Amino acid sequence: MPIQARKLGQLFTSTLTLSACTFGGGFVIIPLMKRQFVDRLGYLPEEEMLNLAAIAQSAPGAVAVNASILLGYRVAGIAGTLAAIAGTILPPMVILSIISLCYDAFRSNLIVAAVLKGMQAGVAAVIADVVLQMGWQVLRSKSLLSIGIMVGAFLATYWLGINVVWIILASGFLGAARAYVRYRRERREQP
Amino acid sequence: MSYAALFWSFCQIGLFSIGGGYAALPLIQAQTVQLHSWLTLEQFTDLITIAEMTPGPIAINAATFVGMQLASVPGAIVATLGCILPSCVIVSLLALFYYKHQNSPGIQGILSGLRPAVVALIASAGVTILVGALFGENGFVWNIQAMDFIALGLFAAALLVLRRFKPNAIYVMLGTGVVGGILYLIAGLGG
Repeated sequence: MPIQARKLGQLFTSTLTLSACTFGGGFVIIPLMKRQFVDRLGYLPEEEMLNLAAIAQSAPGAVAVNASILLGYRVAGIAGTLAAIAGTILPPMVILSIISLCYDAFRSNLIVAAVLKGMQAGVAAVIADVVLQMGWQVLRSKSLLSIGIMVGAFLATYWLGINVVWIILASGFLGAARAYVRYRRERREQP
Repeated sequence: MSYAALFWSFCQIGLFSIGGGYAALPLIQAQTVQLHSWLTLEQFTDLITIAEMTPGPIAINAATFVGMQLASVPGAIVATLGCILPSCVIVSLLALFYYKHQNSPGIQGILSGLRPAVVALIASAGVTILVGALFGENGFVWNIQAMDFIALGLFAAALLVLRRFKPNAIYVMLGTGVVGGILYLIAGLGG
């Protein structure tokens, strides 16, 4: 099964490099995964990637680990999950192990600090690129509810600092309510 | 300290940190500083600094750091496995449920509400990183002189390259790391 082996290899190396370049944790890894698995490798459509991101965010634990579990499972089943988890947790484990042995030298190293500062701007640009693309998709849907959820969720999390759990619950509820209203309307129109 | 206690502590951190990223910090502090005295408060603060400077989810970084301090590499592995075990179980169940019921109207409705919220969460993470890159740790201020023009230039150049040539995001991040590192070192020497 060379195809399966190639998929496992791609899963492992992709999650390994993404995890090694993702500072700060949390949602930062999602746009990087989207670029790699949706745009470059074409393993799944953008909409499904967003669904998986929503599930990863709703479950307990680190978003990066949860998203790798889902992506790995989607691409290559249980073996894919294991390959993706290994790729995601190896870089922080190795780097932290080395740093915890020589923390003082690392902390005061000027070159390390300068490179990290430069990479921060690059990560911000990658996220901006993905947000522009996906935000445009939501705007183009011309659905007032979707646009409202996007703007409202941004204000709630960025300015008001509301816990992400509430934002997820509220937007899921609004989506379900919209589906229910549509369902009722369709049933009334065709008795 | 027993391996079982270490494993169980990080299991709880993995299980109860919903929302990822900084949501895990108070839990890590409660388990490692207050409950078990594995770290001093100063070591815990150091840990946050390291976690911010290095790639990977904060909970994984913390697990490796604490495990290394207590029992070297075996400790790091035990703590990390404990940390990701709850995610593996819960997310796998969610994945099975999602792929079985993804076409049901109710699930479709909920996910249609979650997708725009996920775009907003990614945008919020991006703005936080961008503000950090442009203005440093103290956050946004209405003062053009407080802005880091090297970071602004790197961000604009990286975004242009990404939108124009669609390269692999990792090369862009590494590129800004190298170019930024050189520029910051020159600026640091000049100032």
